[in-house]
Amino acid sequence: MKYWRKPLDAERKRAPHGNVHVIFERCKGCGFCIAYCPRQVLEVSDEFNRKGYHPPVVAHPEQCVNCRLCEALCPEFAIWNTLDEQEVEATK
Amino acid sequence: MQEFELRASDFGLVLMNPNQLIVGRGTAEHHPMEDFLRMDRMPHIWCSTCGLGTCLTAFIAAVEESTIPREDIVVVSGIGCTGRAAGYLKFDSFHTTHGRAIPYATGLKVANPRLKVCLISGDGDLVSIGGNHLIHAARRNMDMTVICVNNFNYAMTGGQAAPSTPQGAFATTTPYGAFERPFNIPFLVDSCGATYVARWTALHVRQLTISIKEAMLHRGFSFIEVISPCPTVYARRNRLGSGLDLMKFYHDHSITKNFASTRECDIKFQQDIIVGKFVQKDEPTYLDAMDAQMKKTLGAKFVPYVGPMDPGADSGRTKSDART
Ligand SMILES: Cc1ncc(C[n+]2csc(CCOP(=O)(O)OP(=O)(O)O)c2C)c(N)n1
Ligand code: SF4
Ligand code: SF4
Ligand code: SF4
Ligand SMILES: [Mg+2]
Repeated sequence: MKYWRKPLDAERKRAPHGNVHVIFERCKGCGFCIAYCPRQVLEVSDEFNRKGYHPPVVAHPEQCVNCRLCEALCPEFAIWNTLDEQEVEATK
Repeated sequence: MQEFELRASDFGLVLMNPNQLIVGRGTAEHHPMEDFLRMDRMPHIWCSTCGLGTCLTAFIAAVEESTIPREDIVVVSGIGCTGRAAGYLKFDSFHTTHGRAIPYATGLKVANPRLKVCLISGDGDLVSIGGNHLIHAARRNMDMTVICVNNFNYAMTGGQAAPSTPQGAFATTTPYGAFERPFNIPFLVDSCGATYVARWTALHVRQLTISIKEAMLHRGFSFIEVISPCPTVYARRNRLGSGLDLMKFYHDHSITKNFASTRECDIKFQQDIIVGKFVQKDEPTYLDAMDAQMKKTLGAKFVPYVGPMDPGADSGRTKSDART
């Protein structure tokens, strides 16, 4: 991620890590999640689902900061996030 | 003027506060919003890249963040693509006749003032056939939250022009371009007396969620216009591309101006859209005004109505402060 200025607490703070869950068959391929993910975690899959849409694939899972914008934007309730608790433990 | 350009994908960081919960916590198997939806009715009928589903996620998130007890919330919709919202939300919800969502909601509120009455309906439903109800609910400062999804046309019936269709836009009933002057909806409700008025687009999910939450916690007539993409009829007829293209248009052409004069919030075809919270003020609601007048005239004889009796209580009027 590119910062416009280096945050003062950049050494102490770490962005949380999230897990991304996609229901492949529920997606209608609108692409909102892919276009607006601030960390470019998602990409269009090559596969079609049964409805004939290309759902997102989680191409860069390690990049997800659990901001949950994809979850909020998805009109189909097909994508959501959970906080990676293990990661939280490890950074404490 | 701008120091740096935001890429579309940077918008997420602007929108989201990562520390803020959206809706509870899901698990790897369970989408957290499913608890608020009638999953037996999914998938919904809304087209791919339609913004209506996103409006629902904002509503659900707002309900969760408001911490208003779920059993106190009712959702009312009229007819239209947007009107399907009430049927998909797992609340006490009412899918009413075309244009009559506000009278229905008014009845609910007056009969049981404890309820948080929320409406989700379309521009055609609320401003066209239901326009008269809208102006009077605003005038009365009727305590309810109206979410008006404006897709600039009657989408469900095939894309006829609505009172919100911008001049120059094509619709099935305006094959040579719309020429009527459209309503500036925030100005309309503001001038009629609405005490909370905001406008966002379907892309502004975070701001929209905050506004819906504020509106639900507001006492009085609160109104939120949501500009939302209708790729299937409106965008196709006007060659505007997909819903994602329209989201990108909103990204590039929304100007946030909180407390802007609603008079200046006209929407012109494919030009900048002013968004923000425009009005927020405290004024007596319909029920406050009624009680005050009755007390003045009847004095001690007047017993304010506080809602249906609580079956669990011995003396009926238990939830006496429920209106606040
Ligand atoms: C009394 C009556 N008149 C006309 C109709 C046909 N009708 C159904 S939906 C609709 C317009 C809906 O427009 P809007 O509220 O903007 O909803 P959208 O589909 O755009 O979300 C109309 C005219 C109807 N159902 N009932
Ligand atoms: S939670 Fe945020 S960072 Fe993670 S995939 Fe979704 S939009 Fe991208
Ligand atoms: S936002 Fe939802 S429906 Fe749209 S592409 Fe992403 S997962 Fe699919
Ligand atoms: S017709 Fe338009 S408003 Fe209706 S579901 Fe399709 S895209 Fe959405
Ligand atoms: Mg409409």
